[in-house]
Amino acid sequence: MKRLYVILGSALVVLLLLPLVLDKYLLGIFVMIFFYAYLGQSWNLLTGYTGHISLGHALYVGIGAYTSTYLAMNHNISPWIGMWVGGLLAMLVGLVIGFLGFRFGLRGVYFVILTISFAEISRLVVSHIPSLGGFAGIFLDFKPSFWNFQFRGNVAYYYLSLGFMVASVAVARLLELSRAGRFMVAVREDEDAAEALGVNAFKYSMIGIALSAFMTSLGGTFYANYIFYINPNSVLGMGLSIELILRPIIGGMGTALGPVLGSFLLTPLSEISRAYLARGGLEGLHLILYGVLAILVVLFMREGILVYLKKAIGPLLRLEP
Amino acid sequence: MKYELPLQLVVQGILLGGVYGLIAVGLSLIFGVMGVINFAHGPMMVLGMYIAYGILVLLGLDPYVSLLLVAGALFILGYLVQATVVNRILDFPEAMQVLPLVATGLIIENAVLLGFGPDPRSPRTALGLATLHLGPVMIDVSRLLAFALAVLITGLVFLFLKYSDVGKSIRAAADNRVGALLVGIRVDRVNNFSFGVGAATTGAAGALLLPLMATSPHLGHDFTMTAFVVVILGGLGSLPGALVGGLILGVAESVSTLVVPATMKQVVSFGLLVAIMLFKPQGLFGGKA
Repeated sequence: MKRLYVILGSALVVLLLLPLVLDKYLLGIFVMIFFYAYLGQSWNLLTGYTGHISLGHALYVGIGAYTSTYLAMNHNISPWIGMWVGGLLAMLVGLVIGFLGFRFGLRGVYFVILTISFAEISRLVVSHIPSLGGFAGIFLDFKPSFWNFQFRGNVAYYYLSLGFMVASVAVARLLELSRAGRFMVAVREDEDAAEALGVNAFKYSMIGIALSAFMTSLGGTFYANYIFYINPNSVLGMGLSIELILRPIIGGMGTALGPVLGSFLLTPLSEISRAYLARGGLEGLHLILYGVLAILVVLFMREGILVYLKKAIGPLLRLEP
Repeated sequence: MKYELPLQLVVQGILLGGVYGLIAVGLSLIFGVMGVINFAHGPMMVLGMYIAYGILVLLGLDPYVSLLLVAGALFILGYLVQATVVNRILDFPEAMQVLPLVATGLIIENAVLLGFGPDPRSPRTALGLATLHLGPVMIDVSRLLAFALAVLITGLVFLFLKYSDVGKSIRAAADNRVGALLVGIRVDRVNNFSFGVGAATTGAAGALLLPLMATSPHLGHDFTMTAFVVVILGGLGSLPGALVGGLILGVAESVSTLVVPATMKQVVSFGLLVAIMLFKPQGLFGGKA
């Protein structure tokens, strides 16, 4: 295990030094890799560890993006503060959804539908609130300063998103090692059996959704201040909910590094397709590819690519299993 | 007079509700037999819409005629999806069954986007603007036809399941998979066939909707959810429930436009969905769930 930490540590050093050699465009791709790894990880904390599938995680991204943006534009409150307000709000909403889902016993597909319903209701409601920009959304003013969470160039965003991703991996790893994390996995493997052994499935599912919603929402604030434009479809829509679960599924759900691996594999594909294929009228091709990959992974490597990668190169690096 | 608008909305709701029912019948059939929720159901309907559109533009055939071709194409697609993907995931935990079908929906949605581009299309059909006046109520002929055909197709599916040999083996497999295997039914083929029929009905619904609304590659999720609301209303796995649920939802959405903006009508259906899942998960008429 120590060897793995050494390898990851050296990888991190390389990532820390990369801005010295990369131009703005390539840095932007890395920002997206880190950002989607972070969102995927946040989703993974709920679905990967407790097994409750959420297909409405865009809701929390939207809460983060809209809360911090609204506070910054109307009350001049820094997104650094708004981020936490949004996070707490998302946590609260997550707890309400969790309460309804877990207390009323909506398992499996029913929970999926519950999460979609809440996300879609929010998308439609936000589309009709004029002070949140309605359908058209909000363009953020570009006022670069640390206080405003806005920066020139991509270097600051690069380090910020890298920080987000590393922190999320650390959270997942700490969770794995903690009692709560083990209970969550027990709930995922067999909720009834876990309950029979005295695990409070409700409590640990609630912890999972609260943590996941909170972290996802912080990503929303980052998104708003990186893209400078949010609208109900982009940050609350079903498209984002689907997009953000693909990386952890393909990389490996329920593992701390799966979402990161998934994002390093998939995100460049979407950037390439955006840069080269969309011009030739082939937009959406990368999503078809993602869909095919996701199906293949679920059918043939249910635990994700990471587990197979570990089996393949683990012995070479003399990693313990 | 004051009752005219509500009456008009109720009639429109019933007419659209028939099509909702047809979409939901497919979802309900697939759930009833395989026990999986077809998250690609809406995208399949949208694909049906676009195939009908393509046929209309290329061959000049009206959707009411091309309906059969569309249903045939979607039947093949559904059959293949079941044979290649869904048959392999039937024994997976419920959670893992969701993802491949969501991914299938993503593939279909983006294939449509790739093939037809992102712009909405609303082609002119033969009966597009014809209307009938029944007392104070005005009825679009294309809506009426869509309703009549949707109810007709739903009825045919019922009869097929009830009286044909294949239909009987489908019901047997839905009722008891192991028992069906024991008496010699090729359950995997029955599954393929059922998914095919489910996809064909939703494709046919897509063709019927073509004259009524502008197409967009991204309409799919909304319709998956609509179908799900209908099926939950009527009880999962209950086919008559799906038709009645469709009518209820059609009217509820239509009448709700009296109080909320038309673009918010789905909030009503999602609200309904959440309430029913929480308080009456077996549906209004009791299904299998």
